[in-house]
Amino acid sequence: MAKAILQLGALTCPSCMTKIQKAVENQDGVSNVKVLFNAGKVRADFDESKTSADNLSDVITDLGYDVLKVKVKENA
Amino acid sequence: MNKLNIWISKHQNKITAAIAILIALSLISNYLIKIPVAGTVFMIIASILGAIPVALHAFSALKNKVISIELLVTIAVIGAFIIGEYEESAVVTFLFLFGNYLEQKTLEKTRSSVKSLTQMAPTTAELVNEDGKTETVDVDDLDEGDHVLVKPGGQIPVDGKIIDGTGYMNEASITGESTPVKKGIGDKVFAGSLTDNGTITIETTSVGEDTTFGKIIELVEEAQDSQSPAARFIDKFATYYTPAVLIIGILVWIITQDFPLAITVLVLGCPGALVIGAPVSNVAGIGNGAKNGILMKGGNAVNTFSHVDTLVLDKTGTLTTGKMSVTEFSDYGKDKNHDLALLSAVEKTSDHPLGQAIVKHVNDLGIKETPELPELDTVKGQGLMGQNDDFKILVGNARLMKANNVKISASAQKDIDGRMNDGDSVVLMAVNDELRLVIGVNDQLRSDAREGLQALKDAGLKRIVMLTGDNKVAAQRVAERLPIDEVHAELLPEDKVDFVKKFKEQGSTVAFVGDGINDSPSLATADIGIGMGTGTDVAIETSDIILVKSSFDALAHAYTLAKKTVANTKENIFIAVGTVALLLIGLVVGVIHMGSGMFVHEISILVVIFNAMRLIGNKSQKLDSNQVVQAAN
Repeated sequence: MAKAILQLGALTCPSCMTKIQKAVENQDGVSNVKVLFNAGKVRADFDESKTSADNLSDVITDLGYDVLKVKVKENA
Repeated sequence: MNKLNIWISKHQNKITAAIAILIALSLISNYLIKIPVAGTVFMIIASILGAIPVALHAFSALKNKVISIELLVTIAVIGAFIIGEYEESAVVTFLFLFGNYLEQKTLEKTRSSVKSLTQMAPTTAELVNEDGKTETVDVDDLDEGDHVLVKPGGQIPVDGKIIDGTGYMNEASITGESTPVKKGIGDKVFAGSLTDNGTITIETTSVGEDTTFGKIIELVEEAQDSQSPAARFIDKFATYYTPAVLIIGILVWIITQDFPLAITVLVLGCPGALVIGAPVSNVAGIGNGAKNGILMKGGNAVNTFSHVDTLVLDKTGTLTTGKMSVTEFSDYGKDKNHDLALLSAVEKTSDHPLGQAIVKHVNDLGIKETPELPELDTVKGQGLMGQNDDFKILVGNARLMKANNVKISASAQKDIDGRMNDGDSVVLMAVNDELRLVIGVNDQLRSDAREGLQALKDAGLKRIVMLTGDNKVAAQRVAERLPIDEVHAELLPEDKVDFVKKFKEQGSTVAFVGDGINDSPSLATADIGIGMGTGTDVAIETSDIILVKSSFDALAHAYTLAKKTVANTKENIFIAVGTVALLLIGLVVGVIHMGSGMFVHEISILVVIFNAMRLIGNKSQKLDSNQVVQAAN
């Protein structure tokens, strides 16, 4: 398992949050999704054998939100 | 589709401006140059242009099974378009988009405090390679064990240990202490602090989000999003409310057969201010706290803290600084200054906290003399002793004096008893077995404790209780000088937990203030645990509220801020619900239409944001330091 931290552009509508949350959660191998509305960040644990941080970034971009930075932390 | 989606969300503000121009052109055509056909065409273009971004948002939400406000607006606009109300549809989309724009701008303001904090986080570092050359790298690329170089005035990029060089560090962002601290080889340094001078090399122990500063930022970011009970309720409510409005709209259409009325209901029912009202107060309140060194772990903590009526304090390290200082001394020799210089010289050889307090005190008195000393020996449990051909010196407790048959006069005994009664530790000095000095040393009370506790009481706190492991006399002496209602002394850490439990059973909402090191059980048991003055991991984890700066001014500010934030949330919910109620009445009476309804909605959203913004600038009055000294005397 690894943890992805995606920095998005500023989020303004609370409904964006639910949207991103559900879209990311629906990806295979993703758990513990947390959308930080005010910080404009998404944190999620994911299974590297099933998906990648870049894939999550694409999912969010497809919804119409800018992904500014992607960080991945390997969990020991 | 996706590309269009991104393009539109990037250019949404330009689209909004274009719609505004089209509406203006339409009004000019209608009323100035009187070509109503052109006016209608402009309105149609504006409606379509405006409906596209809103509809796209609605659609992508719907794909994820979320019925959003955008969906209500989209249906309403399409409906208005079908029945030929182009003016209404254009105005509604414009107001909705323009409202979004204003929301975005004002929300940025409420988030500014935290943003300024995150911007303080280091981004690059000077990595020292094995060949000794340095290169600038992104902090994310650093690993544990990497060596980084920090130049004078530079920012420490990682948590680590100094392996070369010394310098003065400004650690205000971590400890709240703005006086620079000297650090040398082997000392720990923290990411986010600054070097005032000196070039140092650091061996990295943690990077980025794992550093203390990173954890503080993470905590604040998560806190702003963790909702208060009110906000959570509203959120749940909104997920049912929005679909309910849609159903009501359809019902209205079926029952009254009045299509314009049905789509107006959709617009009026938008839960705009309701959804944003409670979270925005939270963000502004928590942001204000973060700016003032108060880290509150989310809306829940804010809410509970605002209801606290009993504050339980630990004495050592909380009410007091945990640092020793000289309270009073009596002298019996002929040359007081020389005797003090002798004492200081002896104490300089020891690293006992009592000794350090005495050295500092003598230094503060301006005594510079450094007398010659005989070689000193430690007498275990008694003090220090030294003897040469010239003289014999004894520094220590009463047992040391007794063992050397030093005579203690009745008046000296009275001085000693006086110090003891005050709860001081007493240090005696004898030269040639003749008593010269009696010095009382005690843990220093925080300078703003009295004012801060008084401010808490003024803010509505009912009871302040002090718990301590110290003896009763020392505890009583501290309590007398402060607005404290109850004192319990000679307690073990588990006794403190029992007191907290007892207060909770009595029905009080209890906050416990401690340093987070040996108080963790009490911090966790209390309704609200407040960690004071330690940027340590333990305090960050067990506390609900963390005071970066050890000050009672900050504690009092945190309490009033929590109360104000909760009140602000309530105001916002009232405004939001009131708006919807007024709109519905307006609809029934017949004074509200789709366009004006949307206008009122957007106004109410701005009103709640502006109301929350009042929390950003709010800072309780700074204490005047002179005033505090006077009060303490």
